[in-house]
Amino acid sequence: MTNESSFLLGRLGWDALPFWDMIQNPTRESIINGIIASGAAGMVVLGALAAMALITWYGKWKVLWCDWLTSVDHKKIGIMFIVIALLMLLRAVIEAAFMRAQQAFGLGGGFLSPEHYGQLFTTHGTIMIFFMAMPFLTGLINFVMPLQIGARDLAFPVLNSVSFGLTAAGAALMMISLVLAPFSTGGWTGYPPFTELQANPGPGVDYWIWGVTLSTLSSTFSGINFAVTIYKKRAPGMTLMRMPLFCWTALCTSILMIFGMPPLTVATGLLALDRYLDFHMFTADLGGNMMNYINLFWAFGHPEVYILILPAFGVFSEVFSTFSGKRLYGYTALVIATMAIAVLSFTVWLHHFFTMGQSAHINAVFGIATMLIGIPTGVKIFDWMLTMYRGRVRLTVPMVYAVGFLILFSIGGLSGIILATPSIDYQIHNSLFLVAHFHNMLIPGLLFGMLAGYTYWFSKAFGFQLDARWGYRAAWSWIVGFMLAFFPLYALGLLGMPRRTVAFFDPVYLPWTIAAGLGALIILYAIVCLMAQLWVSIKRRAALATPGGDPWDGRSLEWDTPSPVPEYNFPVLPQVNSHDAFYRQKCDGAPHESPARYEPIIMPRNTAMGVIIGVSGTAVGFGLTWHMWWLALAFTGVALIAMIARGFVRNTTWTLDAEAIERQQRAWAHQLEQFEPITRQWEQSEANRGVPVPPKEGAIQ
Amino acid sequence: MTTHTAGASTRHPGLNLGEPHEEAHSANEELVFGFWVFMMSDFIIFGLLFATYVTMLGGTAGGPGPSDLLEMKGAFIETMLLLASSFTFGMASLSLKYHQGTAKLIGWLVVTLLLGLGFIAHELKDFHTMFSEGGYPSRSGYLSAFFSLVPLHGLHVAGACLWMLAIFGQMAVHGIDTQVKTGLTRLAILWHFLDIVWIVIFSLVYLGGLT
Repeated sequence: MTNESSFLLGRLGWDALPFWDMIQNPTRESIINGIIASGAAGMVVLGALAAMALITWYGKWKVLWCDWLTSVDHKKIGIMFIVIALLMLLRAVIEAAFMRAQQAFGLGGGFLSPEHYGQLFTTHGTIMIFFMAMPFLTGLINFVMPLQIGARDLAFPVLNSVSFGLTAAGAALMMISLVLAPFSTGGWTGYPPFTELQANPGPGVDYWIWGVTLSTLSSTFSGINFAVTIYKKRAPGMTLMRMPLFCWTALCTSILMIFGMPPLTVATGLLALDRYLDFHMFTADLGGNMMNYINLFWAFGHPEVYILILPAFGVFSEVFSTFSGKRLYGYTALVIATMAIAVLSFTVWLHHFFTMGQSAHINAVFGIATMLIGIPTGVKIFDWMLTMYRGRVRLTVPMVYAVGFLILFSIGGLSGIILATPSIDYQIHNSLFLVAHFHNMLIPGLLFGMLAGYTYWFSKAFGFQLDARWGYRAAWSWIVGFMLAFFPLYALGLLGMPRRTVAFFDPVYLPWTIAAGLGALIILYAIVCLMAQLWVSIKRRAALATPGGDPWDGRSLEWDTPSPVPEYNFPVLPQVNSHDAFYRQKCDGAPHESPARYEPIIMPRNTAMGVIIGVSGTAVGFGLTWHMWWLALAFTGVALIAMIARGFVRNTTWTLDAEAIERQQRAWAHQLEQFEPITRQWEQSEANRGVPVPPKEGAIQ
Repeated sequence: MTTHTAGASTRHPGLNLGEPHEEAHSANEELVFGFWVFMMSDFIIFGLLFATYVTMLGGTAGGPGPSDLLEMKGAFIETMLLLASSFTFGMASLSLKYHQGTAKLIGWLVVTLLLGLGFIAHELKDFHTMFSEGGYPSRSGYLSAFFSLVPLHGLHVAGACLWMLAIFGQMAVHGIDTQVKTGLTRLAILWHFLDIVWIVIFSLVYLGGLT
């Protein structure tokens, strides 16, 4: 950051480059940190260049633009969301490995500077929540939910593309901040007054504010889109209580997004006013009140926890039911429990700051409210176990994640009950016990769910299964790696080690930090397995193909389509008569029934709106961060003009003619007859072409 | 795509275009519902800013407080301008519903737009006076809270005016087609919503601050 500000570049100067400090003041510390930061920046730049070179080499720019970036198809947008999530997961896991390494060597110093370590835990948290978890679950809901309720698309396909553009813009800012540094050191929560101008005049906090704000807007719009879709676009006969549980969790998550995201918009917006226009909302002087920020932040932050976890609960419900070959046990209880969790999630935010000086009575109320959430969650755990009870359980890859989740998540929940007691919280808040607790909830609870969903629905998206062998390796490495990396943190917390510290001086911590470091290595191996799985599966895609569309003997409507799914989803909208609609069709011996007559289908046209808003969002965020006012202003104008111009467009749909649909459907029906139906024991083998042996007397074969 | 149109009993509030607008109605079904949901989300933003404002009332840091800066006359005129604009927008909606002719529709909308612009102009004048009396946001926490809440409403009104101008443009190009009708239905919801927000601002900030 230069002191003098130029019109063109704002406060962006040479010192933003990650190796600048190491050249100017070469000390041992600055050189080590400079090399790590420059390596990361180099990977971003080389990765972007390599991607562009590959696209040019294979001549795929047109495909990228026409079939993906401008597409409004919910399936493609969902896939793009998940691509962002996986890329960001890779980055944030590498950051986590550096943090664990620092603590393993941290007795008396370690190798990272406090500044660098601060940036690592801030970007790790920000990315994992806003650019890994949120895009992952948004992507899964995007892809799966319309198929499960028998719809052609979301209610607002163009808005969906805009949501994606906004998330991509936030993720782009996060990646740019590696090259043109620094990022914030204020943690993913960005508490003032540390993040105010007086303590942090540099661009770091501004990167954080705009990255997070873009993601928040994206999630608000996605929430509205999902909720309206579920309320308005269900297939005939698909009553709310016949919806697969994943759709219920999607609905609850959407409602939480609609009401839970605005507090964060307010918090980051007011913090921006403080930093840019010299307001005093949260400053330590002139009547500012930082407690307001903390209240606002957690009024978002707690619902956010359930935004993250509910869709994973939905995935697990589908996985347990499908791979036990049984109807979900206690469906109604699960629906009520999901709704109860969604409502209770708004009543507990204060437990994130028990120690900040409110009266003991208030703490008691929020402590009790927090413990109440354990009840509906417990109901769910028992329902899932009873779904497996006397079922034909197959321990496939998604099932390994699910069973791992069941046990580990219960342990994490118990540590949550401990933390919910204010008097205990006074002892262990801000310690590694807390870090262990929330990783214990979010890795099994969220990430395992997302990875299970990724494995479960992958063939629906691309037409071939993921390789099971590498899948098992990844799943077990995640489980073991997680336990080794985070269970020691409980002990460290109880021993009094505070979170977010770059170094420690008490040798009693050392064995535990080394164990946690080894756990991080196993998690890195799990990531390598996931990459190998993808690589191997793409190589063997012909052998692993499941064009029949039903590789798991599925129960809900998404399995009633070919894999990959045609862009119109269903040739005619399905008529639903019961829960587990597709399984019922198979029991009745009439799956994939073809209609008497095919009708033309009206489809939404591609649009560049998402790209325009995404590029504008990136440019505005970047301009504001570096005080390039002309850039921010110009691209605000571009976004406004694009939105107004979009209002003038009338030619927004095109018609897919009935013959084309009929041809496709007949070809698929013909293909289905060629395949040998398989029993469940060949499920993860190459014999699986996506056609199961039909159920006998309601039992899977 | 759904082929059935909603029966009169299941229609959403705000879907009041009337019988001869069937096509616009079915197009409106999801759009209007989605817009209501968006309004709910926006209302949370205002609700939180109201709550924050109340907690910041004491944070004047020795600077001017509400009774020193706010004046009833300006707020009253602004209230009247905005309430009148809601009435005239209502007349515009009725002339659309009963096909009373393009001239009448545009006439009422233009009056509404002028009232909205008048509100913004008057509000800006008020802010100017406040600034000259030492009431600017960097002075204190209280004034920061005021200037994060009240101008946000003004910004919404400005956005709504811009949207109306865009719809005028659409009318000039495409005539009063389904998209223009659904656009006007949603703009009407926003417009009346901003009226309600202003009534809360008037009660809480101005009446509350001056008593």
